[in-house]
Amino acid sequence: MSSSWDVIVDALPVLAQGSVVTLKITVISLFFALLIGLLFGLMSTSRSKLLRGIATAYVDFLRGTPLLVQIFFIYFGLPPVLDIKIPETTAGILALSLNAGAYLAEIFRGGILSIDKGQMEAARSLGLSHGKAMRLVILPQAVRRMIPAFVNQFIVTLKDTSLLTVIGIRELMNSGEIIISSNFRSFEIWAVVAVFYFLMIYILSLLSRSLERRFAK
Amino acid sequence: MKKLMFAVVSGLLALTVSACGTGTDQAASTSGAKKYVFGTDATYPPFEFEKDGKYVGIDIDLINAIAKEEGFEVEIKPMDFKGIIPAVQAKQLDGAIAGISINDKRKEILDFSEPYYQAGLSLVVREDNTTINGEADLAGKTIAIKKGTTGATFADELGQKYGATVKYFDDSPSMFQEVQNGNADVTIEDYPVISYKITVDPASKLKIVGDRLNGDHYGIAVLKGNKELQDKLNSGLKKLKENGKYDEIINTYLSTKK
Repeated sequence: MSSSWDVIVDALPVLAQGSVVTLKITVISLFFALLIGLLFGLMSTSRSKLLRGIATAYVDFLRGTPLLVQIFFIYFGLPPVLDIKIPETTAGILALSLNAGAYLAEIFRGGILSIDKGQMEAARSLGLSHGKAMRLVILPQAVRRMIPAFVNQFIVTLKDTSLLTVIGIRELMNSGEIIISSNFRSFEIWAVVAVFYFLMIYILSLLSRSLERRFAK
Repeated sequence: MKKLMFAVVSGLLALTVSACGTGTDQAASTSGAKKYVFGTDATYPPFEFEKDGKYVGIDIDLINAIAKEEGFEVEIKPMDFKGIIPAVQAKQLDGAIAGISINDKRKEILDFSEPYYQAGLSLVVREDNTTINGEADLAGKTIAIKKGTTGATFADELGQKYGATVKYFDDSPSMFQEVQNGNADVTIEDYPVISYKITVDPASKLKIVGDRLNGDHYGIAVLKGNKELQDKLNSGLKKLKENGKYDEIINTYLSTKK
């Protein structure tokens, strides 16, 4: 039996690599999720019944099914039926983007609705179109209010990447499992993996706090 | 740094110790017979799989028959293969029967029964694959493999030797699906398991290539030092082999070709 310390030191490079993959996937997924969230958030606050219906259906469906099912469906389910090949990283990013996008759509909707109606009326009476008023008056105020919720989603999505181990993406969770399956040192490895996740999220929260302060001014 | 790590690790240790009770508390069952909890991987036909809501397969029937011979009770706990050995180690399970190949690395942390089946690993590719006929053709290819298996260790070695990429999955179905979908070129699986799959599931579009890569034996794993259970397993196995029940179980699931 080698000492705990040696086991941990040996594992660090592999776990660090896994953390990089975890971060990459989180950032890319959130970028797309923000676009999806903005799109559906705007749709759900629009005056068209059809657009609102589509947005509601999307959000309800994506929030109403487990992320793990979505991951399996996209990676194992779709390709044979559509006769396409989806690389695992693409499938993972797609699943996380769609899933986080649904939550972000709700965050956007809440943020937009939280801005006083008078703001829109005032902007419109100054002659701005609905779209322009949205872009220049409503959204900037709404986004400021939404920052804590964004950060929260960021943290949730980062933790959700650990589910991607099931489709063979070598992120942090997968790396931990691989190491344990050859050295059987569950205790040390899961402790280090936990610390890695914690550090990533902790650094993110520090960044977000400084972001919030800057925006609040 | 060392101090910090020590503090973190010991803090976590304190948490874990206080947070979890004992896994298997050897509770005497209603009939008064001793009860043992065995882990298995429920997605590994013909050794263990689910049929009509019940767990069946060579391993399941064997452990039940051994229990009957030796007069103890068995509780079967299905889980991902990669979690089975750590769970025995953590005393969450008394033992495990899941087509576990006996090897030296595992012997360091577990005890095994006598070998009960010779399996060995085979290379598996898609039916329409003509480029891979043996391990020498693996250069630049992708191998899909199940975490924690002897196949995974083998895949790692092959990957380094020939420059192949290895992708790790939790269960056999995912890994087969990976090859079927063309996301991986090849997988490595125990010979009886893959030949059974090809027989019962011709739509799987898989085929075995080359010779068996090794001749591993399966053993029933027990917690290191649990001599009592190990002895019961061995004596049960011996009896079943003598009275023909062992062959009967094997032949239920595998036509006698080996």
